[in-house]
Amino acid sequence: MPPEKNTIPSTETIACLYTRCATELPSDVCEKLRESLKKEESDTAKYILKTIIENIDLAKKESKPICQDTGTPIFYINCDNTQHLESIKKHIETATKQATEKIPLRPNAVDPITGTNTGNKPIIHIEQSDIFKIDLLMKGGGSENISAIYTLPDTKLNANRDIEGIKRCVLDAVFHAQGKGCPPYIIGIAIGGNIEQVAHLSKKQLLRNLNDRSKDEQLNKLETELLEAINRLKIGPMGLGGKTTALSVKIAKTHRHPASYFIGISFSCWALRRQSL
Amino acid sequence: MIDFTKLNVGDRIQLSATIFTARDKAHLYLLNNNFDKIKDSIIYHCGPIIKDNKVIAAGPTTSSRLNPYTPELIEKYNIKAIIGKGGMDNSVLSALKGKAIYASAVGGAALVYAKNMTVKKQHMPEFGMPEAIWELDVKDTPLIVTMDSKGNSLYDDILQNSKNILESLI
Repeated sequence: MPPEKNTIPSTETIACLYTRCATELPSDVCEKLRESLKKEESDTAKYILKTIIENIDLAKKESKPICQDTGTPIFYINCDNTQHLESIKKHIETATKQATEKIPLRPNAVDPITGTNTGNKPIIHIEQSDIFKIDLLMKGGGSENISAIYTLPDTKLNANRDIEGIKRCVLDAVFHAQGKGCPPYIIGIAIGGNIEQVAHLSKKQLLRNLNDRSKDEQLNKLETELLEAINRLKIGPMGLGGKTTALSVKIAKTHRHPASYFIGISFSCWALRRQSL
Repeated sequence: MIDFTKLNVGDRIQLSATIFTARDKAHLYLLNNNFDKIKDSIIYHCGPIIKDNKVIAAGPTTSSRLNPYTPELIEKYNIKAIIGKGGMDNSVLSALKGKAIYASAVGGAALVYAKNMTVKKQHMPEFGMPEAIWELDVKDTPLIVTMDSKGNSLYDDILQNSKNILESLI
């Protein structure tokens, strides 16, 4: 059944979305993790992936958060009627408070100057669309910290404004990330744009199903080649060696200013918590 | 208690002990104040979810953020072991020499760790739930020694190896 146009989800519906998101890892991510366990040869990598899978199963069974870092809640709202937006935002705010108390979520909103932790503050992005859809991404901080933006050309990396240059930037980011952001990673990449566009668009790639492939032939090819190259680095699960450094690479592009050429790289830890309404 | 200085990188251990969580804010506090309770003890880089004094979820946080404070912390409080994820830098590796180890927990596996943890006490609650110093009892918690007290770091090996591969790829 197609989603009803402009249905305003209730506070309860959004609170349920939070519960699903925090406690159930999407099946495409679980599938890739299980596949990677079959491929690994080292004892340490196997042990880590088994522990991860045990944890995913526990979270679902006990309806508890997969990770203690329940992340920053990011909502992507697609809606064709701006009149409803205020009520949706209000419902999200109330649901966030309820979810923080009930699931529970870790309070993750800290004032950078006073240091006061005020609970959880969702980020809300709104896009005009005929199809009504809400995506929730609960984005962990460890993998956020290793996310990066490059500008081409980059003389240090000997990276020019071409496919080879893009690859150099992505491999550099993964190399510097090592095991700090909880690999195996899911990596969203945006090419072109302005600086805020590549940050936003690269993160939005994390919403794509891991089996989804770019419809652009060149980007599709680049997704495959980069995933292969990243996994050849042998950084492995939790950065302790192995064949699985990333589960998936997703790429998008957007027009750039002639003077600019940005590469935005958004990392997600293995615990890619996304669900939609 | 385990003699941590006898352990080698790659060893898997089951830890039963009292440990103290400490993140960024707690490290600064511990360096600028005297908190004798953590002398000779174990630090866990973790910001747990705790409700009604029960540990709900408690996996490790990224340790590298705490590189700048850790050598002094080990020295000041004679820390025996540090638990975290992602590894620490060479200044920490030097500070561990002859004294202590760094052990890795699996990042994100918050429930696997929480199930064998109990709360003894919350210190510095004003830092907020993730940043407070939680004194926890852990039982048979599985860990991998990834930096030992003899100057070995698994992270160095992986870093060097990935660097060589990277150079061959580009």
